[in-house]
Amino acid sequence: MTEAKTPATSHIIDLEHVSMSYAKPNGEPLVVLDDISCSLRSGEILGLLGRSGSGKSTLLRIAAGLLAPTKGNAFYRGAPLRGPAEGIAVVFQTFALFPWLTVLENVMTSLDALGVPRERARVRALSAIGEIGLTGFEGAYPRELSGGMRQRVGFARALVIDPAALLMDEPFSALDVLTAESLRTDFIDVWLGQQCPIDSVLLVTHNIEEAVLLCDRVIVISSKPGRISAEIPIDLKYPRNRFDGNFREIVENIYSILTARTALSLKEMRALGGGVMQPLPNVSPYAIERVIEKLAGPPIDGRVKLSTIAHPLLPHVDNILTVAEVLPILEFAELSDGQLQLTPAGRIFATSDPEERKRLFKEHLLNFVPLAGHIVNVLQERKGHRAPRIRFKAELEDSLSADDAETTLRTIINWGRYAELFSYDDRTRTFILGASPDLVAS
Amino acid sequence: MSWRDGVALVLVLTIMLLVGLNARHLFEPFTAVHQPPISLSPSALPGYALRTTLRMFAALAASLFFTLTYATLAAKSRRAGTVLIPLLDVLQSVPILGYLSFTVVFFVSLFPGKMLGPELAAVFAIFTSQAWNMTFSFYQSLRTVPTDLEEVSRSLRLTGWQRFWRLEVPFAMPGLVWNTMVSMSGGWFFVVASESIAVGALQIKLPGIGSYVATAIEDRNFGAIGWAILTMAIVILIYDQLFFRPLVAWADKYRVGTTAAQIVPRSWLLDLFKKARVVDELWSPIASALDRIGRARMVFAHRPTAVRGPRTPTRVVDVLWYLAVAALAAYLIWRLQEFAAGHIGWQDVRTVAAAGALTLLRVIVLIAIATVIWVPIGVAVGLRPKLAARVQPIAQLLASFPANLLFPIAVVAIVHFHLAPAIWLSPLMILGTQWYILFNVIAGSAAFPADLREAAASFRIHGWRWWRYVALPGIFPYYVTGAVTASGGAWNASIVAEVARWGSTTLDAGGLGSYIARMTTAGDFPRIALGIATMSFIVVCLNRLIWRPLYGYAERRTRLD
Repeated sequence: MTEAKTPATSHIIDLEHVSMSYAKPNGEPLVVLDDISCSLRSGEILGLLGRSGSGKSTLLRIAAGLLAPTKGNAFYRGAPLRGPAEGIAVVFQTFALFPWLTVLENVMTSLDALGVPRERARVRALSAIGEIGLTGFEGAYPRELSGGMRQRVGFARALVIDPAALLMDEPFSALDVLTAESLRTDFIDVWLGQQCPIDSVLLVTHNIEEAVLLCDRVIVISSKPGRISAEIPIDLKYPRNRFDGNFREIVENIYSILTARTALSLKEMRALGGGVMQPLPNVSPYAIERVIEKLAGPPIDGRVKLSTIAHPLLPHVDNILTVAEVLPILEFAELSDGQLQLTPAGRIFATSDPEERKRLFKEHLLNFVPLAGHIVNVLQERKGHRAPRIRFKAELEDSLSADDAETTLRTIINWGRYAELFSYDDRTRTFILGASPDLVAS
Repeated sequence: MSWRDGVALVLVLTIMLLVGLNARHLFEPFTAVHQPPISLSPSALPGYALRTTLRMFAALAASLFFTLTYATLAAKSRRAGTVLIPLLDVLQSVPILGYLSFTVVFFVSLFPGKMLGPELAAVFAIFTSQAWNMTFSFYQSLRTVPTDLEEVSRSLRLTGWQRFWRLEVPFAMPGLVWNTMVSMSGGWFFVVASESIAVGALQIKLPGIGSYVATAIEDRNFGAIGWAILTMAIVILIYDQLFFRPLVAWADKYRVGTTAAQIVPRSWLLDLFKKARVVDELWSPIASALDRIGRARMVFAHRPTAVRGPRTPTRVVDVLWYLAVAALAAYLIWRLQEFAAGHIGWQDVRTVAAAGALTLLRVIVLIAIATVIWVPIGVAVGLRPKLAARVQPIAQLLASFPANLLFPIAVVAIVHFHLAPAIWLSPLMILGTQWYILFNVIAGSAAFPADLREAAASFRIHGWRWWRYVALPGIFPYYVTGAVTASGGAWNASIVAEVARWGSTTLDAGGLGSYIARMTTAGDFPRIALGIATMSFIVVCLNRLIWRPLYGYAERRTRLD
């Protein structure tokens, strides 16, 4: 545990058997969070780690009292949480500053809600601004500040109320790599400082290294529906070193956990045979080409640990995981134990010319992505080989959330266009069998 | 057109017709109002101008109050919203000058023998010309408050009152200020028109520029009309410098965009106020009082509660609510057919439909002509930033100048040259509103992305192809906005433009506007109501069947993502 904090076991926030579901258009519930129980303890930084869409931000909002769960309960200091509580502060991914208020006014807003007299509020706000290193910028409007400085205001606004629980929703993910790193360091300094008023922190992130860098404990949340798939204590001393052996070991362990889930869910999907409803992440065919080329190239030679390619290839963990999920769907690679390995087809794809690649992609699309086959079947049955977009959208929304259905549809349109399997006319919002009519006409 | 709009249309039109049919019973007898005579001396003009301006600002205050309450109610209560919003949409299409006759009679009977009645009627007419689009804009803003700001206000436990002043009003400010400006510009036209009105035996002339012009027309005093135009021009200029510009410059800080604007609106008056110590000293107690009110929690026993994620709407209450609305609509229709039977025959409906078709034809032809003239000019101006910066304020000024002051000049010309009124009175309908096309097109071509222009130039796209593939698609959404405003304005203006007088000479161009004007003079309320209902119906249909689809098309086609 942290050295600076006295080890305490009192719970600040408890979530008990929390579930969250939304109604789908057909009336059935779409489960986002499924029976989650966990506690935020005094003196710790707890990380919630998961892919985007895993419901971890929803979980944070439940803990903040911004959302009420459909099942289960949230408690703050032992009492049921019935709305945003006085000792809970939230830092948002998008900063969420009021553009028409200055830095000082933004920070003071927190205190207005508590009814703190104006002059006292001013003094406290100025001190919080100073603590986070923004002295001199009190009169600036958010639009005059860089992203990193804006998030510092976000922190000052949360710190000024001396929160017992600081809930942070991907606070560093909208910043560039260097800014995020410096803000993380400063945050840890404030946290370890003697007069730090914060009692506990909940950090939601999809960045594995960030979680290992900052947290005392990490809870890994699986996707669709969100469930706790692992809980990992991190007993490393601050400041932590990314290149330290123990650090790397924890990171790799988490990668294996996350990818094992992905591989498993793909198998389950196939086994069920009803893969038409499989959500497809938004990855362009050209990104797939590029990653396969990289994987086949000299330093990697077709087999790689995900934790080692994350950095040089694609900065965001989420992206590499997304691609790592797509390649197995298309059977261009296999995923096991945090390792990605190209299939023979993947190797052939890497060395093929563009014509051949398209042919191969089309073949794999028809064989391994049931939705593509389904669309082609429908188009063949229809008069004029056309079908409206809404038809497939409605079908997908029966088992996916509206957002997932939209993303899946966009992805399949892109893939279908690339493979020249079917095309899509946005003016009339219809799918058309075969290559784009524009191409045929010429 | 959804069923909600249909119900709203039925409700508004039926109520209007019912009021018309019953008006004579409700409002009789008129009490004669003692009115000061209108002097045609130029020295009386500054006083009249002041009165006119005061009416304008009184209406503005009423519009603001209406906006903040009606839109908030519609946005916060889902059930209220399903009725209030379609209702607002239909009200927007009702010709303001048409029902002036009702409101004048109503207010006069409310305050018998006092000038307050007609004064309130004039203010009400201006109010109705301003309030609807301001309310719409505020409602739209309330519905699109960014989720993160909404969440942060809840997580900070701001009370409803604090959230309103800290988040919702500031977020809505740019749209609200812009729509207030458009409303004010349009308002001058209606303040001038509503000051002098005759409904049957009731003759009203409120001291103001509009009455001054009306009196000058009766006296065939061309010089007086010249003075009135000059005075109005000065008033508009002062209003622009002392009100419009400072407000726009001030509202700039509420822009949500995180990047700096290319052109920062400036106002010398605002700069002066910011620098002057005296103003600061005078203003700061007021500012701090306002600040304290906005900051106050204004709540005593309320705790913020979490939003239930999957909230199931209470079906039963919904059904009851819709049934109540449907029952009201059915009752009104039944009453209407009962009443109408005695007053309005099919012959009237035929007459009105034919008149409506004539005015529709005029509006279409005029919008087409204005488009052909102003689109090329607007594009040419907009592409030259320096020229645009000069022309844009002038176009805005011209749009706020009440065109009805210029009508007598045209009428004198028509009388003098023995021209056909049916053709030559028509352009007056669009005289005041054509500028909306011009300044929207200028704004559109000024906002046209520089890289696209450079790409077009580097690929040497010229002539017709340039217009077809580059310029016209680029300005299209802006053009549609301008054309909607211009066409709405033209319908309103038809009531004063299709019939014109010069002393005892009356020119009549026919059409629906002329029909409403003639019935107003005759004090025939059922037929006034029929005319207004018909015009509202046509305008609603135009909006739904032409303008809105065009707008949606423009939105979809000119977006990249």
